Amino acid sequence: MATLELKGIKKSFGSTDVIHDMNLDVNDGELIVFVGPSGCGKSTMLRMIAGLETLSAGQISIGGKRVDHLPPTDRGIAMVFQSYALYPHKDVRGNLGFALKHAKVPQKEIDERVNKASEILGLSDLMKRKPRELSGGQRQRVAIGRAIVREPDVFLFDEPLSNLDAALRVHMRVELLKLHQRLRNTMVYVTHDQVEAMTLADRIVVFREGRVEQVGTPLELYRQPMNTFVAGFIGSPAMNFLMARVEDGTVKLADTPVCKTSANNGSVKLGIRPEHLALSDDGPFDGKVSVFEHLGGESFLHLTLNDNQTMVAKLDGERSFAPGDQCRLGVRQEYCHVFDESENRVVE
Amino acid sequence: MLVKQRISSVGIHAVLIAYSVLALFPLALIVLNSFKTRKAIFRDPTGLPLGESFSAKGYDSVLSNSDFPLYFGNSLTVTVVSLVLILLLGAMASHALSEYRFPGDTFLGLYLVLGIMVPIRLGTVALLELIVSMGLANTLTALILVYTAQGLPIAIFIFTEFLRSVSKEIKDSARIDGLSEYRIFFEVVIPLVRPVIATVAVFSMIPIWNDLWFPLILSPGEESRTVTLGVQQFIGQYTVNWGAVLASLSVAILPVLVMYVIFSKQLIRGITAGAVKG
Ligand SMILES: Nc1ncnc2c1ncn2[C@@H]1O[C@H](COP(=O)(O)OP(=O)(O)OP(=O)(O)O)[C@@H](O)[C@H]1O
Ligand SMILES: [Mg+2]
Repeated sequence: MATLELKGIKKSFGSTDVIHDMNLDVNDGELIVFVGPSGCGKSTMLRMIAGLETLSAGQISIGGKRVDHLPPTDRGIAMVFQSYALYPHKDVRGNLGFALKHAKVPQKEIDERVNKASEILGLSDLMKRKPRELSGGQRQRVAIGRAIVREPDVFLFDEPLSNLDAALRVHMRVELLKLHQRLRNTMVYVTHDQVEAMTLADRIVVFREGRVEQVGTPLELYRQPMNTFVAGFIGSPAMNFLMARVEDGTVKLADTPVCKTSANNGSVKLGIRPEHLALSDDGPFDGKVSVFEHLGGESFLHLTLNDNQTMVAKLDGERSFAPGDQCRLGVRQEYCHVFDESENRVVE
Repeated sequence: MLVKQRISSVGIHAVLIAYSVLALFPLALIVLNSFKTRKAIFRDPTGLPLGESFSAKGYDSVLSNSDFPLYFGNSLTVTVVSLVLILLLGAMASHALSEYRFPGDTFLGLYLVLGIMVPIRLGTVALLELIVSMGLANTLTALILVYTAQGLPIAIFIFTEFLRSVSKEIKDSARIDGLSEYRIFFEVVIPLVRPVIATVAVFSMIPIWNDLWFPLILSPGEESRTVTLGVQQFIGQYTVNWGAVLASLSVAILPVLVMYVIFSKQLIRGITAGAVKG
């Protein structure tokens, strides 16, 4: 049980700066998710917390104690890797108990802790198997079990589910969430899958090119994205962005008023989530259907507006359209996100 | 389709069997003739050692020769110690080269494998001078040092390639588990590359065991002769004791065979473990 504090962290490999200036306070028992596109420095940040990578500048504290000079094993962390990283020549029991055995924990306690972890994760029947005799999901559970056995202050996960197939990923996601509710440990979880981020996180940290774009709860990020990057990254399908103009407090799309705003006159980007669009006879978005995807319970309507901008709407499965049909969509005032020319949110 | 497969499998086996026969023929000839009388060897080299032609005299003279066990022990010592040094130092150097970044690492890596391109025998004269000035002439140590130097470049070359492919995450998780860098090497990395170690062992071992050049030059002394050199005593200027030569060669094949069987088990296990995903 511990807090985690990152202060002014910088990292460069040679002349390339990978992390610019990272500041973050993680509360005790919080599940923080680092999310961002590939190569933005999430793993690097996590490896620095783990002590596998040196800092170029800054401080890391766990439970109020500075740890950035300590070797990984003394930091009170455990890490789960994307590739599971199990010891292939040891069976499940050997893998789970390895760290403890090495730390000279008495055999009785090792057995207790290993048994408890294997029970939590449903591994009890697999204890004698070698990693190569396990399925992907089972291997990942062993990797997580190995972390649990160490009883760390902070769990670190680096894309632990990305090697699993889609169905298993959903299943393991729920398992992880249950695990967190049960253990109540501080956890840092790295992913580039925004669905994982939304479902798991107490708070999400959105990375871009080594900088933090926004920190907040999943709903904050969904409802009030601070810039177009966060807005486009969170939510699926991604938010529609339309070029629009502001005239006297009104956002207009080719002379059609869409919504009110406090932005100054000039051009803006109007962001609207597909699920917030609805069919409406007097809506501002008028165009031709280009593609219509029906998924049963819901459908995606791809619309080409009269000024040639495109947008996607998520509709219920009630109505069908054919390509070329005329269609009008509307949106409620509170679902309009307005971004200024530097892509930042205009706070209403 | 099935017929075609059948034919191609027959074809493959035919080729393999033909190759085996070709490769084994000289060996079989050595072993067969080692059990024959001198006359029989020359009259009918391919004949079986039956009836009149049978004679274990070759083995008699080899085994009753009190020096032969000594030569045999020398060869074994030199081979095993050199092999251990090559594998240990080679794997450790390669681990360092593939795992750590330090100033001059590329240069050092190149320097260590450069030896592949330079036949060590070119340096025989210099080596001899060096060994003599170190007072190591006529010792097994001289041979061990030279063979280790001879075997290291190719061992490092091969090990480095394979150790690079060992998942970084496994080493990192061992670090988090609190293992020292040495224990990571011995307890995590080595078990992962056992098949490669066996491969390198097999082809480092054979040239050492079979070498005649360096024993002849560096340690021809009575006490430090190896089997290959020891066999020479049966080859006189005027008469050659063929039975004894062939018998000692047959006996000399045995330890190589045993070591090969040990290592190849590892090899096959490695190959099949890689074939199944994971
Ligand atoms: N050892 C290294 N030497 C040089 N550059 C590195 C090193 N490790 C990472 N980088 C660079 O740092 C950047 C961030 O890498 P990092 O692995 O943290 O990305 P990531 O956010 O985890 O991406 P992904 O989602 O693909 O895992 C990348 O541009 C990468 O090329
Ligand atoms: Mg990563």
